Amino acid sequence: MKKAGIIMIVGSLLLLGLFKFPLWNIMLGAPQYPDPLGMNIYIQGIEGVEEFDIQNIDGLNHYIGMKTIPKVEEMWEFEVFPMVIGIMVALGVIIGLLGFFGKVSYKWFLGWFVLMSILGIMGMYDFNLWLIEYGTDLDPKAIMKLENLDGTPMTYKPPLLGYQKMLNFDVDSWPAAGAYMIFVGMLLTVVAFFVGKSESKKAS
Amino acid sequence: MKKSINILFFLAIAAGLVGCNNGNDRKSGKGQGGLATNAAERVYVAPGEHDEYYAFMSGGFSGQLSVYGLPSGRMLKVLPVFSQNPENGYGYSEETKPMLNTSYGFVPWDDSHHPDISQTNGELDGRWIFINGNNTPRIARIDLKNFATEEIIEIPNSAGNHSSSFITENTEYVVAGTRFSVPIPQKDMPINEYKGNFKGSLTFISVDQETGRMGIKFQLIMPGFNYDLSHPGRDKSHGWFFFTTYNTEEAHSLLEVNASQNDKDFIAAINWKVIEEYVNNGGGKMVPANYAHNVMDENTHMATSTMLKEVLTVNPLDVPGAVYFLPTPKSPHGCDVDPTGEYIIGNGKLSADLTVHSFTKMLDAIKNKKFDGEAYGIPILNFEDILAGVVKQPGLGPLHTEFDEKGNAYTTFFISSEVVKWKVGTWEVLDRQPVFYSVGHGMIPGGNSRKPFGKYFVALNKITKDRYLPTGPELTQSAQLFDISGDKMELLLDFPTIGEPHYAAAIPAELIKNNSRKIYKLAENKHPYAAHSDGDTKVVRDGKEVHVYMNMIRSHFNPDNIEGVKVGDKVFFHITNLEQDFDVPHGFAVIGANNAELLIVPGKTETLVWEPKQVGVWPFYCTDFCSALHQEMQGYVRVSPADSDIELSWSLGED
Repeated sequence: MKKAGIIMIVGSLLLLGLFKFPLWNIMLGAPQYPDPLGMNIYIQGIEGVEEFDIQNIDGLNHYIGMKTIPKVEEMWEFEVFPMVIGIMVALGVIIGLLGFFGKVSYKWFLGWFVLMSILGIMGMYDFNLWLIEYGTDLDPKAIMKLENLDGTPMTYKPPLLGYQKMLNFDVDSWPAAGAYMIFVGMLLTVVAFFVGKSESKKAS
Repeated sequence: MKKSINILFFLAIAAGLVGCNNGNDRKSGKGQGGLATNAAERVYVAPGEHDEYYAFMSGGFSGQLSVYGLPSGRMLKVLPVFSQNPENGYGYSEETKPMLNTSYGFVPWDDSHHPDISQTNGELDGRWIFINGNNTPRIARIDLKNFATEEIIEIPNSAGNHSSSFITENTEYVVAGTRFSVPIPQKDMPINEYKGNFKGSLTFISVDQETGRMGIKFQLIMPGFNYDLSHPGRDKSHGWFFFTTYNTEEAHSLLEVNASQNDKDFIAAINWKVIEEYVNNGGGKMVPANYAHNVMDENTHMATSTMLKEVLTVNPLDVPGAVYFLPTPKSPHGCDVDPTGEYIIGNGKLSADLTVHSFTKMLDAIKNKKFDGEAYGIPILNFEDILAGVVKQPGLGPLHTEFDEKGNAYTTFFISSEVVKWKVGTWEVLDRQPVFYSVGHGMIPGGNSRKPFGKYFVALNKITKDRYLPTGPELTQSAQLFDISGDKMELLLDFPTIGEPHYAAAIPAELIKNNSRKIYKLAENKHPYAAHSDGDTKVVRDGKEVHVYMNMIRSHFNPDNIEGVKVGDKVFFHITNLEQDFDVPHGFAVIGANNAELLIVPGKTETLVWEPKQVGVWPFYCTDFCSALHQEMQGYVRVSPADSDIELSWSLGED
């Protein structure tokens, strides 16, 4: 299971990219913003694509009563997510090493993948909850209170994935480099599972 | 009587020559030019597209510097330099008032003439642009990242700062020559004792390569001629500077006649490297002077004006080999040097010919001491010895010559109202095009450097007449754009200009546009009265002075209600724009202000003084439509009687 162990280790290490690259990216373009405003969502916090983008997004959002974009200390996620990712990387590397030396079964690789998938779905769910809250919990004294055609108050939840037109803004929300690294990393752990399976069969 | 006969005779000759030269070439009727071709397409810059070149045109008697795009001829901006500009508060705000300080006090206007873009190794580098104030002698430096006037230095011992501001090929010096000679130092004396007593100063201002800061290195005190225009030597003639002169007659009255008598005036060739060395070794004489040096600080956003009290003067006779006179026919105006540095063109404005001197021959004549007398001890070279060639009868009234990169020269003719293209070296006339009307300077992007971009030629015309819809007796001046990429010049476009553009300078947009500043960072704002956050806002009384520390962001002022101000107070509104977004300036105007508005760009702090004269509640508001809630961006100041005991208070958003 040497090959499978190495793939497992490489796959888990790819998750470390999340500490350097953003997980998600949301861009806001409008006629007045030929250079769109943008935010990069990292597991440790939210940063503007350009230096003052966050300030400028907050400035625009105050018209419709949205809260300011949370700082690091304002969301527990920014503390917990890095820990979870760190633990999962360590776990993946340990499983990979043990697999490499034939101490554990290749099934552990799939086990890691399933655990990571559950955590990932929980993370996305949490992220979506935040987007809903951010887009709907509006200041009752907002400058502009807009309604949908059916008379319900307009809300401003950015899309979790994809494009949406919101007032004068074109909003694009897509995974960023960090997400692609997780995706590839997790894919590799599945590959490790199958490679391990075939290596085990040959060995037996 | 004899004088007026002379004038009549001259005009008759002029009229005759115009007729002779242009009879065959002038096309009939108006609206001639590019319309037969695809000219419209060639100047059309589609909506949202950018022009290929920035053109900086002097604002002439507006005192400013205008920025145009080429080839569209669209005006992009007027940069305030020597004149107050109520549009953005330049020269009215407390921060910018010191920029217009001089030894004559606050001078709110000037006549700006000759912009020149900084160079490195003889090529445009797009760091700064310099321009001269002609009336109250000054040189300004405009930063091309900020598009703002950052420094103005007054030139002492000068009057009519016209042979300015031209830079050497590594921007070592920006040079300023006096058009009017005056007593140096100034004194009370009869005007008719001009001859031999008045002097002309040529000032070499060093430029710090990091900061751009200017300082007068030395002033060369020359004979009392009129130093009209100048250009630096370049490439092989780098180290020399050439000035045309007129009035070598040293007349002091009716110059149009009395200064037109000598068959030849001079081009003064100055070896500044020799003088620099002399000065670096302790040469020259420090003399008392009084001139202002005004600097805008990029971080405090405040200008300071310092009066300097002495200047280093150099007597040309004390520096062997420093100055020579090149005889040049008939009151030469423009003095132009070709991109190789070999040819020095004297545009003899009262001559029918163009005189071209050879730098190599000049050096040879100097080496062999082939002099033809002297003037006030300065050697005069023999005209024939240094002559490279003559462009024979190209037109009448040559003023200025520019160059392309293919060895062609383009000379403007004021009297015959045309541009003539000729070949450098063969002196053969290749093409001529009429201009409308009476062209002064011409400009090719980089035409005053080693590396011209010979695609366009802009004619800066002095007379407009019927070129546009009439607007009463006062018309704008007119510029005309020619395509010079082919063998023949093609007229593409007319466009109006501000003031009277004298010279202009243009540069490929790529060299500037990506450096153009978008905002000033608040974090770098060191203004002592800046209110960086809402916690910094306050109103402070200091005797009769009230200082308001205010900030602004879409779309409110903080504070927007102020009470406790009294009649007779002097209120300083120090306002910081907290925006950090591109193109979101806010304006500030308050009723009855005796100055102007402020237009504050993101990250800057500026100050307007307001002296309320009447009791009441007086509004202020944002003048620049900043957001959907711009109309709501307003506030009130309560002004109480002088003896009132209402305490200062201020608020935002309180009931």
